[in-house]
Amino acid sequence: MHGFANPRRFLKLARWLTPLLLASGTVMAAIALYVGLTRVPPDRLMGETVRILFIHVPTAWLGMGGWMAIAGASLAFLVWRHPLAALAARAAAVPGAVFTAICLATGSIWGRPTWGTWWVWDGRLTSMLILLFLYFGYIALSDASAREGVSPKIPALFGLLGAINIPIINRSVVWWNSLHQPPSITMGNSAIDAAYLGPLMLSVAGFSLLFAGVVLARMRALLADAQAEARLRRMASEAA
Amino acid sequence: MNREQIGQWDFVIAAYALGIAVTLAMIAWSLIAMQRAEKRRDAVKRSLSEGTER
Repeated sequence: MHGFANPRRFLKLARWLTPLLLASGTVMAAIALYVGLTRVPPDRLMGETVRILFIHVPTAWLGMGGWMAIAGASLAFLVWRHPLAALAARAAAVPGAVFTAICLATGSIWGRPTWGTWWVWDGRLTSMLILLFLYFGYIALSDASAREGVSPKIPALFGLLGAINIPIINRSVVWWNSLHQPPSITMGNSAIDAAYLGPLMLSVAGFSLLFAGVVLARMRALLADAQAEARLRRMASEAA
Repeated sequence: MNREQIGQWDFVIAAYALGIAVTLAMIAWSLIAMQRAEKRRDAVKRSLSEGTER
């Protein structure tokens, strides 16, 4: 793992892995969404709206997974000082925020026909909205850190502290009364019918590959920017 | 298909359209930003090596 902290080795791997992850993720997500739209039966209680599951759940998991990636990479940066770990944390922020926003929007669209409302200020929805604001804060902080030369430890600490919200999101439907249903999938157990579970898992896998592909593309962009800036600084110092 | 089912499909289509459009836009943006940044780095690298040769 530490070997890939070398930017040259990372780039060698990322050059072929980025298109592979994006292409395979697109195919898997497209198949899962097609099956979810056309092949699975309507639910007894939710009717046709159950199909929103195949886009809502993967984006919810990746919204939370994105922050766990930020926290893990931030910890790796603080402990081992890997420069690529700080870059990986920055790269995970935008796709994490985008998937959290999609989760909130699709959840709201799903809530209207099933709950009779677009939004309620309950534990699950509110903690997920807080996650979106945490992403905005992290993106602003890490951009300012890169631009203004502020210590990268500050966004790393923010990334670690923000992870407190993840178990709160996860347990919110158990701790507080909520319109949102309790967890359907737990460790080694599922309350979801097999007809929905297969396409759901395929959708989660497809969106996860897309997430990983976008993170690699963002890392390559951030690394190229940093390398260009370093070379420009060298040119300027040699000219002076 | 009754009125209630038509209404439910509208919500499903809205959720899928929004999710797919935003995901595709994010992928396109990240790829374009990556290509631009790598092109800029290569251009800087070339100009630096040309400057060193002179």
